[in-house]
Amino acid sequence: MKPALHNFQNKKRQFLMIVAASKPFQEIKQMLSGFKKVCVLGCGSCVTICHTGGEKQVAELAAQIRLAAKLEGRQVEVLEDSTLRQCEWEFIDDIKEIIKDCDAVLSIACGVGVQYMAERFPRIRIFPGVNTTFMGGPTEQGIFWERCAGCGNCILATTGGLCPVSRCAKSLMNGPCGGSQNGKCEVSQETPCVWNQIYDQLDTQQLLATMETIVPPKDWTTGMENHPRKMVIEHLVMKK
Amino acid sequence: MTDNKSGSNLEKLLRSGKFAVTAELGPPRGADRSVIEKKASILKGYGDAFNITDCQTAVVRMSSIAAGRIVLDAGVEPIIQMTCRDRNRIAIQSDLLGAAALGAKNLLCLTGDHQKFGDHPMAKGVFDMDSINLIHMVKTLRDEKKFQSGQELKASEPRFFIGAAENPFADPFKFRAIRLAKKITAGADFIQTQIIYNVPKFKEWMKMVADMGLHEKAFILAGVAPLKSAGMAKHMKHNVPGMDVPDEVMNRMTTASAAKKGKEEGIKICLEVIEQVREIKGVAGVHIMAVEWEEAVPEIVQQARLYPRPAV
Repeated sequence: MKPALHNFQNKKRQFLMIVAASKPFQEIKQMLSGFKKVCVLGCGSCVTICHTGGEKQVAELAAQIRLAAKLEGRQVEVLEDSTLRQCEWEFIDDIKEIIKDCDAVLSIACGVGVQYMAERFPRIRIFPGVNTTFMGGPTEQGIFWERCAGCGNCILATTGGLCPVSRCAKSLMNGPCGGSQNGKCEVSQETPCVWNQIYDQLDTQQLLATMETIVPPKDWTTGMENHPRKMVIEHLVMKK
Repeated sequence: MTDNKSGSNLEKLLRSGKFAVTAELGPPRGADRSVIEKKASILKGYGDAFNITDCQTAVVRMSSIAAGRIVLDAGVEPIIQMTCRDRNRIAIQSDLLGAAALGAKNLLCLTGDHQKFGDHPMAKGVFDMDSINLIHMVKTLRDEKKFQSGQELKASEPRFFIGAAENPFADPFKFRAIRLAKKITAGADFIQTQIIYNVPKFKEWMKMVADMGLHEKAFILAGVAPLKSAGMAKHMKHNVPGMDVPDEVMNRMTTASAAKKGKEEGIKICLEVIEQVREIKGVAGVHIMAVEWEEAVPEIVQQARLYPRPAV
């Protein structure tokens, strides 16, 4: 039987994604100063869901750039566009015609999208309009939390499904440090101590004994300390 | 708990069953060795070994290993503190070989305060491993002559009396004795606890520890610290991670501070805590953390009738 799709359109809030925050406008203004024709380019995936890189933000940012230029008595033509995904060649190839006369593109996709653009269009200056922050999702309206560090060696099976690599300030492997109090992390009262959460989760699942085992130092060879990382899915690779 | 693994005085003393006293000696924020020599001369004879902190609260200070050597030159035994915040496993092992070659025999293994608390919050925290991993690495170097990678150490191995910290006042409370057990299994020979102001809670924790027989596997030193003023008590209660300062202590310090007798009251409270914890089963010594107030240590040790320190 085909699995149900659970009405994806209405359940956007449950997406795991790359979260990005808007760059301060001053910084954007500085990057774009001197350019006469600029395209603000959004992305229809992750950054649309987190309200920083979608069509709506393209329109807002373009208006802001036009206004700033006007106030300074500069002539700037600002185009607006968006792709479904800036991280796939076939989607950004469609942009070619639109940006061909531009001096600069302000991409408000994540860092992956910005680089796809830079690699595809080496003659055009591509600037980042957002700061890509983490892999995570909204836990409630307007609030986003990191959930995954992309360590390449997932240990969620032993930690009650909650990740200490990305959610513990010190990426501890052997339980909460001495700074865990009242369920909060010592680093910020706003941050839950994930090891406290893991403890409760394992307690509920009657698996607390798991926490008595000494976990050896993590092997970071698959982690971002060893970037750039590459993944190959053999059966999808086109034979040359 | 009889074999002496490191040859340190602290280890000899604890293994001979004597009640130990350790205290803290913070290195300076500068390159002046005379500051350390002065602190060492104040503390000499008033403890069995002294913790040389490793950039505590993530503030840049002189290296704990370098300061430890200066302390040794002054005739005082150091306990080198080593954290996982600023070094990966390569750097830690390298520093440990160096520390051992310079004569260090005691090592306290810590994860380390988060860089956010210090003077360089923009720094990259390393945390390649945690304190439990660090303890095990030090033990493996010493007892199996192997590096963390598993490669054999073919030359002389660093032989440390391995210390660890534990905070009985952190959460989840029930996990705190289990975490101690993990540290001891990993290789900790002695434990220094977080500063105790809440004695009943410490007793409760020690009962769990003793029920698990952990006090027979490692020497547990109870952490104490004299308060200077109501302001310091407030700071400890609200800003220092993992601290438990009961209202009674807060009130006593507030009253005393108002009468300009904060320091006296702080020392009095500290002495009361020492009196109470030394009666608790499984407590093998005290660790006095008089931060930037080394002068208080001789007074506390004398008044607690822990002076003179026994020769071993």
